[in-house]
Amino acid sequence: MAAKDVKLMKGNEVIAHAAIRYGCDGYFGYPITPQSEVMETLMELRPWETTGMVVLQAESELSSINMVYGGAATGKRVMTSSSSPGVSLMCEGLSYLAACELPCLVVNCQRGGPGLGTIQPSQGDYYQACKGGGHGDYHLIVLAPSSVQEMYDFVGLGFDLAFKYRTPSMILADGAIGQMMEKVVLSEQRPRLSDEEIAERYGSWATCGKGKRKERNVATSLFMDSAELEEVNLRLQAKYRKIEAAEPRWEQIECEDAEYIIVAYGSSARICSATVEMARAEGIKLGLLRPITLYPFPSKAIAALAERGVKGFLTAELNAGQMVDDVRLAVNGAAPVEYYGRMGGILFNSDEVLEVLKSKLIK
Amino acid sequence: MKETIIIAGFGGQGVLSMGKILAYSGVMQDFEVSWMPSYGPEMRGGTANVTVILSDRKISSPIANEYDTAIVLNQQSLDKFEPLIKTGGVLIYDTNGVVNPPTRTDIEVYSIDAASECALTGQSKMFNTMILGGYLKLRPIVEMSNVMEGLKKSLPERAWAYLPQNEAAIIRGGELIRKVR
Repeated sequence: MAAKDVKLMKGNEVIAHAAIRYGCDGYFGYPITPQSEVMETLMELRPWETTGMVVLQAESELSSINMVYGGAATGKRVMTSSSSPGVSLMCEGLSYLAACELPCLVVNCQRGGPGLGTIQPSQGDYYQACKGGGHGDYHLIVLAPSSVQEMYDFVGLGFDLAFKYRTPSMILADGAIGQMMEKVVLSEQRPRLSDEEIAERYGSWATCGKGKRKERNVATSLFMDSAELEEVNLRLQAKYRKIEAAEPRWEQIECEDAEYIIVAYGSSARICSATVEMARAEGIKLGLLRPITLYPFPSKAIAALAERGVKGFLTAELNAGQMVDDVRLAVNGAAPVEYYGRMGGILFNSDEVLEVLKSKLIK
Repeated sequence: MKETIIIAGFGGQGVLSMGKILAYSGVMQDFEVSWMPSYGPEMRGGTANVTVILSDRKISSPIANEYDTAIVLNQQSLDKFEPLIKTGGVLIYDTNGVVNPPTRTDIEVYSIDAASECALTGQSKMFNTMILGGYLKLRPIVEMSNVMEGLKKSLPERAWAYLPQNEAAIIRGGELIRKVR
């Protein structure tokens, strides 16, 4: 392990390391607990002296996302991070970025809401991340890390998918994943693209100088002609269908012979993987399906389990029941789908989830 | 092997760093590790705690319902975590921080008078490594060489001059720990 090395780091810290190593051009952010270590770590690492990456503390979240908007329009690899109330402020910008078909990465280290809420972990922003947040018919690609290593890896994956589909990606983490430390292996430094490389790769859409092309590129979401705007919408929808077909990612734990399935993501999935161990020790055939992409949702994988004859599904999430909607749509009445959750920054225990599973589904 | 440890006390006692040193020692020993802190207002003058898990297998949940070992450095932490220790588990407390000693009889109870020792030698910053030394005496799950590597990795380079004092404190902690029952 010469260049690669095992480190012990917080989820938030690895976001900063990953940004640099995956060749990010610019980070624009505003501090908020529980994710402030992202910018703090970037400031300590001083990447402007090594890779040339820009790190800037903006005056607000509104400003951060609009700096990202500007950077993304020029074909640069740009990102921001925040926590729930801050991401709410960014939603207008996210709608504009999606409408202009610009790639970028946004990290949401969720905390309890609604409102200013609490700084403790929550998963209350599932609807916001997956169903809109901003206005209009758009989607973000939403990745849900459940370990510190995935926090690292998904920065690279998030940027790659964002550029592949020219759409914003979001890492939907939470305070628990952001604050905890685990082992992480850092990847090799990926060089930042030069201006020439950006022009060559993204010159068809990026506002990086007209050069010898006949037409200038314009990044806009304003279309006064409704027919033209409908065309834009149809193009976006066609792109989302492609993403839904090609990009769902999930993990199955002990699902092969499972009679019951827990569906959980992120930190909840970690807690529920212990529930699976406890249930198996008692002879209950329980499995865990962990969506890794929340949009596109792994509906087909869940439907396949329902068709195979799984007796019941339990969705466990740190909110009042949001992802359960998508699980019910996927199961489509083939089996009962129950929900269990805690709110306000409280995490459930693995044994608590097992008790709910028994009372609601096994009886 | 899987050891789930809760370390709890006041903010400023070095609870989180003690957990980090232990976790990094586990990394050096090639264990899977997790370090899950309390964070936020709890750290500012209130209680702070961290759950550290060392395991030779992949760690499912970094959040624990019960603990193999609890290291408690004040009364509030003792009250909170004594009931959450597994039967047959270990409770270690610093004599100075605890007025009402633990009552459970189905666990092993140890005390360590680290605060007094540190006050005596004027090395208050060695308090947490001394407690850690007491724990490692009871549960030598990581080798001393890996503890020292873990300590080095946990500390910023400017603090490396204090490594020998920390090593001495770890050894002293092992000498100071006493079985209560």
